[in-house]
Amino acid sequence: MSFLADNFPLLRDAFLTTLALAVTSGICALVLGTLLTAMRVSPVAPLRAAATFYVEVFRNTPLTVVFFFLAFGIVEIDLQFPSRFISAVAALSLYTAAFVSEALRSGINSVPSGQAEAARALGLDFRQTLGTIVLPQAFRTVVPPLGNVWIALAKNTSIAAGFAVTDLTATLQRLANQNADQLLVVFMAIVVAYLIITLPSAWLIGVIERRTAILR
Amino acid sequence: MSSSPNGEPLVRLSGVNKWFGELHVLQDIDLEIARGEVVVVIGPSGSGKSTLCRTINRLESIQKGEIAIDGEKLPEEGKQLARLRSDVGMVFQSFNLFAHKTILENVTLGPIKVRGKSKAEAEKHARELLERVGVSAQADKYPAQLSGGQQQRVAIARALAMDPKVMLFDEPTSALDPEMINEVLEVMIGLAGDGMTMIVVTHEMGFARRAANRVVFMDGGRIVESADPETFFTNPASDRAKDFLSKILNH
Repeated sequence: MSFLADNFPLLRDAFLTTLALAVTSGICALVLGTLLTAMRVSPVAPLRAAATFYVEVFRNTPLTVVFFFLAFGIVEIDLQFPSRFISAVAALSLYTAAFVSEALRSGINSVPSGQAEAARALGLDFRQTLGTIVLPQAFRTVVPPLGNVWIALAKNTSIAAGFAVTDLTATLQRLANQNADQLLVVFMAIVVAYLIITLPSAWLIGVIERRTAILR
Repeated sequence: MSSSPNGEPLVRLSGVNKWFGELHVLQDIDLEIARGEVVVVIGPSGSGKSTLCRTINRLESIQKGEIAIDGEKLPEEGKQLARLRSDVGMVFQSFNLFAHKTILENVTLGPIKVRGKSKAEAEKHARELLERVGVSAQADKYPAQLSGGQQQRVAIARALAMDPKVMLFDEPTSALDPEMINEVLEVMIGLAGDGMTMIVVTHEMGFARRAANRVVFMDGGRIVESADPETFFTNPASDRAKDFLSKILNH
């Protein structure tokens, strides 16, 4: 166990880096994904088309390719991110936003059309109908799929290790190379660190899901 | 109860045509409904009667013709349409109560959001309406906790909360278990007795006989016959109405 104690600062920093990657990208992806969803249900056809194009491109491109492009590809067009961390956040956010948007859209589609009809029949306008009737119900059904997107994102941060961000996976490689005799301990420590991020999330998602459940 | 066709009609449809793709679901519909009149629309399924009902508050758009409510032409979209809809109460076959709101909130939502009433004022009125339709004890429950008959009575209260000029009923009892149909019909008969203008799409012939001033029979997207209930049920003019009545009344 002294091995873990000796390398604690290294592991702690790696854990914090992974957590920061996941949380920052998660927030950015949620904002961008919501925006994309609003575009996709809007009555303006060019907005719908642009958002659909975006979602299909990023949903169907491997995340590693997105990383590659943002790390090296954009240099071709004279662009560069200020740091490798920000480059990784950008790649994770752009990629994950497509999945957030899909989850939100499925939530909107899951609200029976009669709910919006009843709202319109009462005299609510488009914005009121979306804001008070459709979105509150859509959000509730979208908690489990959004939870899955979040957990996938937390694990996808490991790709940043291949692009010179010292996260948990990068630290796993480094410690494993230097301490072949402690391989199992290193693996265990890294896996536990990931679980610290994902397990409470899964639990929290379950709680939110129960709290917001609506009877049908 | 007698019809009171004085003054301008409250609802007027003239030359209304609607297509669903190739299907011509409403063909040259002319219909006028007077203030305080109760009109029952019947006809075989697919005759266009539900679609007709839904065009009156523009939940379905029309391609040709004109619909006016209280002398005002139905606007195409936007704020104007929303304002006009707020004067037209609608009761759906599948109730469509807001699933994430309590019964009381379902009834107060429109008055607060659309009419700008205070919460206290809206709740006071809502409780009176829930009392009137006999579900005041359920005010704090959610729609799924109520029976179908109770939900439909709440839906009627929700529509009444807007003080509508006219009420549309789109097959209000078709999704109900048989033992719950009467409790909804009783509320509707009460409304008719109070002088509410009503357009009711239904298969309930008993309701038509008791509460309607006029029965409109539709088939194939057209109004085939329009008569008072007694005349229509005992001596229908058209063969199609005779055929329809023989099918539904013989059981």
